Amino acid sequence: MINNKYSTRNPKKIPLSRGGGAFLVFIKKEFYHIWRDKRTLFILLGIPITQIIIFGFALTNEVKNSKIAILDFSKDVASQQLIQKFSASKYFYYTANLYSYKEVEPIFKEGKIKMILVIPQQFANDLVHANKTQVQLICDATDPNVASTLSNYAGAVIRDYQNIINQNQKLPYRIETEVRMMYNPELKGAYSFVPGVMALILMLTCAMMTSIAIVKEKEMGTMEIILVSPLKPFGVVVAKAIPYMLLSMINVITILLLSFFVLDVPIAGSLSLLIAESLLFTITSLALGLLISSLTNSQQAAMLISLLGLFLPTTVFSGYMFPIENMPVPLQVMSNIVPAKWYYYIVKTVMIKGLGFTYIWKETLILIGMTIVLFTLSIKKFKIRLE
Amino acid sequence: MISNNVITAEKLTKRFGDFIAVDHISFEVSKSEIFGFLGANGAGKTTAMRMLCGLSAPTSGKATVAGFDVFHQTENIKKSIGYMSQKFSLYEDLTVRENIRFYGGIYGLSKQQIIDKTKYLAEHLHLQNQQDTLVKSLPLGWKQKLAFSVAIVHDPAIVFLDEPTGGVDPVTRREFWELIYDASEKGITIFVTTHYMDEAEYCNRVSIMVDGKIEALDSPKNLKQNFNSASMDEVFLKLARKATRGE
Amino acid sequence: MKAVVLENIVKKYATKESTVIALQGISFEVTNGELFGIVGPDGAGKTSLFRILTTLLLADEGNAVVDGFDVVKDYKAIRQRVGYMPGRFSLYQDLTVEENLEFFAAIFNTTIHENYDLIKDIYSQIEPFKTRRAGKLSGGMKQKLALSCALIHKPSVLFLDEPTTGVDAVSRKEFWEMLKRLKEQGITILVSTPYMDEASLCDRVALMQNGKVLAIDKPENINKDFGKKLWAVRADNMFGLLKKLKSWEAVFSCYSFGEYYHVVMKDDEADDNIIDCFLSEHHYTEVEIKLIEANIEDSFMALMHVENDK
Repeated sequence: MINNKYSTRNPKKIPLSRGGGAFLVFIKKEFYHIWRDKRTLFILLGIPITQIIIFGFALTNEVKNSKIAILDFSKDVASQQLIQKFSASKYFYYTANLYSYKEVEPIFKEGKIKMILVIPQQFANDLVHANKTQVQLICDATDPNVASTLSNYAGAVIRDYQNIINQNQKLPYRIETEVRMMYNPELKGAYSFVPGVMALILMLTCAMMTSIAIVKEKEMGTMEIILVSPLKPFGVVVAKAIPYMLLSMINVITILLLSFFVLDVPIAGSLSLLIAESLLFTITSLALGLLISSLTNSQQAAMLISLLGLFLPTTVFSGYMFPIENMPVPLQVMSNIVPAKWYYYIVKTVMIKGLGFTYIWKETLILIGMTIVLFTLSIKKFKIRLE
Repeated sequence: MISNNVITAEKLTKRFGDFIAVDHISFEVSKSEIFGFLGANGAGKTTAMRMLCGLSAPTSGKATVAGFDVFHQTENIKKSIGYMSQKFSLYEDLTVRENIRFYGGIYGLSKQQIIDKTKYLAEHLHLQNQQDTLVKSLPLGWKQKLAFSVAIVHDPAIVFLDEPTGGVDPVTRREFWELIYDASEKGITIFVTTHYMDEAEYCNRVSIMVDGKIEALDSPKNLKQNFNSASMDEVFLKLARKATRGE
Repeated sequence: MKAVVLENIVKKYATKESTVIALQGISFEVTNGELFGIVGPDGAGKTSLFRILTTLLLADEGNAVVDGFDVVKDYKAIRQRVGYMPGRFSLYQDLTVEENLEFFAAIFNTTIHENYDLIKDIYSQIEPFKTRRAGKLSGGMKQKLALSCALIHKPSVLFLDEPTTGVDAVSRKEFWEMLKRLKEQGITILVSTPYMDEASLCDRVALMQNGKVLAIDKPENINKDFGKKLWAVRADNMFGLLKKLKSWEAVFSCYSFGEYYHVVMKDDEADDNIIDCFLSEHHYTEVEIKLIEANIEDSFMALMHVENDK
């Protein structure tokens, strides 16, 4: 008997072409998979929530409470009134009084003051007798976005003041504002951008690639053979890290060359100091990469952890995209554990401000401390057996 | 005339650039046959199987599976065949019951049919108490037997088995083959590859591929006679030793 | 001195849902220069055992000594002197044949030249391809390369974990021939394999299943211990015959073995006439019945029976 089971369809079966149950069954199965993998579930649900909270509350391009200093040569009623207005503004936080131009550079070098308002002698006098006068705004333009925003806000405050004193005036008073952008007169975004990119690239190359390289060894099974050999396991790991260290330094030099020649970003400070600090940060990132590799056995996981655990915090918390001073305090505190934050500060200070080691010794020490802690941790966690 | 052949292949060829993986093979497999498809690694077995399953388009030649053409009717082929390999069979994090329901659903079985099948398989494979166990907790042998049963849950015309008994203990191996015999008796054609030469003896006919060509195709008995060998192992070695593709 | 000694090794793997006991108290010894096989299906515990002996895993109970060194306390010493070829013969896919070998020689503080004689037999077969990437080699060649890499530092004990799995029949045969020649050099070799027929190529074997050792002895002794008469039976219409024989109360076990069925009768005194009559009654023709010696697979299955009955 010839059985043509395969050439006619049993009418009871639902043909796939009509969609039938097959599609739904597949979806159901996928839900089972997701539900039963609690870890992935946590990542899928947890990450968006964390992102929204961070982005919603922490990050703002708005600039508030920027510390400013005032250099008042006039010290008269009018200048006091102007200063009052600045005090009252939510954008500024008036913390210091300067007494001469000589103090300008040093206070910028300290890095806390973002803008200085200079009120000339005879301020009130000039207003009354000449109907016009000038004030000067000196801004720290290593972060050009912040600098222009601040000078804009300042301009608004001054205009406001101008309007008030112009009430009931027949001849209007004019206050001209001269703006001087320190360190970055052309307000090139590249000035804050380049140090940020350096931090990011180093972090990525060293940490992520190293961790992936080590985990790959585990995944491929060659780690097994290497462990059963005279090689010291930690030697293996260091041997893997060294090529990436070299690559990172090449990256650093390339970035510096490019930004110098193509983007016209000057290297105002000592090149050797910059490279030395970069080397330090490379080692910090390597230590991070080692730590990550000891946490997981799959390359995919290593990549995920690197991206989410390193890349994201680096962009957000280093301060190069979003000013840290404007984040809620808890997050400001958190930013202190991101190594990139310290490195970014160091690079900006050395490369853009052209300052020397005395201005960054604290930050360097912090980085060294972090490196030691990370290395110790990863040595402890390094597995000399499979389990 | 309705052909009784579940597979027909005529000068089936697959090229990858200059490399001819499958070199003009021609053969037929009739209904209910247990057909052994043997060959050394690299001989072209997997490539040939993929073409027959509708997963890879041939470079030239012709072939039909379950009456459907491998060039133009691959979707129909996929609906009419079952497939099981050592590497992939069931979803480890689904239970026995869920796997049957899933595959039943994919192959278009109705709810009632799935319920009936689940009951039947549970009894037949002695898995009554394990229906709600995750597959990953089952011993390997049971997994393989379940995988095979699930591969034929929709009573396909032909089932392709790619080294289904690798690494399994000898008793389970034989139990597996009993399932194969049962399926064959029900009218399902079996197309199986294996590295166990004693399993080659269980087949109605065996083909041996070397360097992309079919160097022998006959019943085990005739092959042993023609190659003057006491076992299929010997036959295979005689043919495989000539291979140049081992490099 | 014994090359390898195991005493009551227990290994458990615990997950949230359950605990799997991979090794249930394994004890045995391997003498110097022995070619020792560990034969059993997947899940027998072979890989766990090898990993414990090569110091990659810690056993939960028991102790083991390799080449005179304790696997826990003296793991560093063991790691310097054994050769290990794990499953899937892990090689660096993107390094060439020669680069792989040089690397493994280097990490053992030696060079290819120093022990070339030892691997010449094997390596010469792949030497023509020494500039080819390891990833592009066929299974048989990868096997040879992996073996060379494991031997390059002249280990005292060689651990090969399923070196013939996934490799074609011709390469399998060649591999065992290579092992036999290596044995002549005085290296102790432990090999694990799921293929029963490879057991007969070893000096001694341990048959393992589900974490237990079913038997451990020379292959011929294990087969001698089979104890019962073993009949090879064939007739026309083999398919139906299997069911018939299995359902016959007089039969203890019936398993297919290629062309024949291997039958053990409950009553060991039974002779071939009884079987012959049974077959004639059921109209089987072209009957062939002969008394045979058990092979390793027969022995393994009989031992499984005994184990399962416990």
